Amino acid sequence: MENNNINYSIKLMGLMIFTSVFLMQTGICNAKGLDMFKGVKQQVLRISGGTAHIPVMKEAAKRIMQFNPEIQITIAGGGSGTGIRQVGEGLVDIGNSGRHPTKTEIKKYKLKIYKWAIDGVAAVTNPKNRVKALSTKQLQDIFSGKIVNWKDLGGVDRQIDVYTRDKSSGTRAVFWKKALKKSDITDKANVVVSNGAMKTAIRNDPFGIGYVSVGFIDNHVTAITLDGIKPDMDSVKSGRYKIARGLYSNTKGEAKGLAKKFIDYLLSPDGQKLVLNKGFIPVK
Amino acid sequence: MNFKEKIAKFIFFSSSILSAGVIFFILGFMIILAFPVFSKGLFFDMLTGLWSPDHGLFGILPMIAGTVCIAGLAVFISIPISLGCSCFIFLVNPGRTGKFFKKIVEAMTAVPTVIYGFTGIFLLVPLVRNLFQHGSGMCILSSAIMLALLISPTMILFFIQSFSLVPKNYLNAVDALGGNMSQKFLYVIIPNAWRGMITGIILSSGRALGDTLISLMISGNSTAFPGSVMDSARTLTAHIALVIAADFDSIEFKTIFLSGICLYVMTCTGVILARITMKKQNFQRNNEI
Repeated sequence: MENNNINYSIKLMGLMIFTSVFLMQTGICNAKGLDMFKGVKQQVLRISGGTAHIPVMKEAAKRIMQFNPEIQITIAGGGSGTGIRQVGEGLVDIGNSGRHPTKTEIKKYKLKIYKWAIDGVAAVTNPKNRVKALSTKQLQDIFSGKIVNWKDLGGVDRQIDVYTRDKSSGTRAVFWKKALKKSDITDKANVVVSNGAMKTAIRNDPFGIGYVSVGFIDNHVTAITLDGIKPDMDSVKSGRYKIARGLYSNTKGEAKGLAKKFIDYLLSPDGQKLVLNKGFIPVK
Repeated sequence: MNFKEKIAKFIFFSSSILSAGVIFFILGFMIILAFPVFSKGLFFDMLTGLWSPDHGLFGILPMIAGTVCIAGLAVFISIPISLGCSCFIFLVNPGRTGKFFKKIVEAMTAVPTVIYGFTGIFLLVPLVRNLFQHGSGMCILSSAIMLALLISPTMILFFIQSFSLVPKNYLNAVDALGGNMSQKFLYVIIPNAWRGMITGIILSSGRALGDTLISLMISGNSTAFPGSVMDSARTLTAHIALVIAADFDSIEFKTIFLSGICLYVMTCTGVILARITMKKQNFQRNNEI
């Protein structure tokens, strides 16, 4: 009995030493780019805006909050327009946008702009759809409501369900300007409120077409080959796929305090690796 | 009245003035912010026009139509369901089973709308799309069905309450005369309880009109004027949620306040109607007793 107990405690001790060494190691690994968050006391960082940014924001926030539990980071969507306005009005510390803020916005809110990734915007359909490639003209006709049936494009005989984003969306602004060349979007189009919601909608609707950030594309949705060029990280990076934009984080005036540290982290080698992992193209 | 009582009276009076005042304050606030629309003579264009900001059209008529269609259809679906359910709980099986179902219905009132929204997207929308072989499934019908589910608990509880206000001796009289259950329901309960039922219907239509999340998630939010129940449509509430991110100085943003005023007027009319019918019912009852 006694012996058993001693055995048990030795085992427990061994386990404890092992876990502490393990924890120390992971701690050291993670600490590389995160060192600047050491010693930050009880602070909240509020982020809102672009929905394409959210996967990167969430992962960065998770790492930072694990490294220093005293830091609290909240992330909200809303779209680029919302992000710019909220940061301009001082409601959040960082307002993300998937388009460059306009001159009036920059002047009105005294924005300072930080670009930390490049991203493409691709038209997407359901993987069950036979149509996998379109021309710009066809894309314009689909979104303006001139082509209404998939059979005219070599698909099944079903009505095309067009999905678009609300006015606040930077993804919409870029897609409308560069892919649709500013042609109309039909008022019959369904409207969804984020890149995530768009992906869910297209994933569930075999007859839908919409557009998302290239970082959101995986095997649940098909990225439409446009004018013979498949949108992926390589073609966006090389500039062959033209419908691309920067991902920006904006602050009111020069970024300072925790907001500055957060943006510095995104631009650090660690942060840029994270950007790449999430399917976006690093700027450095 | 001593000093303490006076102070208490003052505090209660001012807090009730404050809470009542907020309602008028909000209406005033919306009218003031929508004032540029009134002064530029855009009011009727906006109220009766179509929505296409790229072409300079800022009409919210499609949204008004969307709201009325979705809420109306939801109430239309919900009435028979609620009637059947409340009849079961009150009349057919008032014992343990009925109490159990009533508890479930009461629990349903606490389910957050976002849950209904999610369930709708993943279960109802594909079902509607496959069943009717038309469109995306994000349509007036889907969101009306989901809204019907949302408002039926309110309606059921209101129905049961107004049934239980029917004097017991009436019901006993039916039993004594050898009347069966459907006779009791059709000829005694409904004629005596209909005002309370209407109040329930009006209040739950108010809930259907004012709900944002379900319509935002399921109805598709297209700005075209709805032509059939299979069409995607946008409600006023969803419109507000979608346009609020637009530039503050734009005309688009001003339509938010107009939409707000429309909703305000719609729900207020409903509540006032409910009040009037309720008052009449009480009056009638007092006279009888």
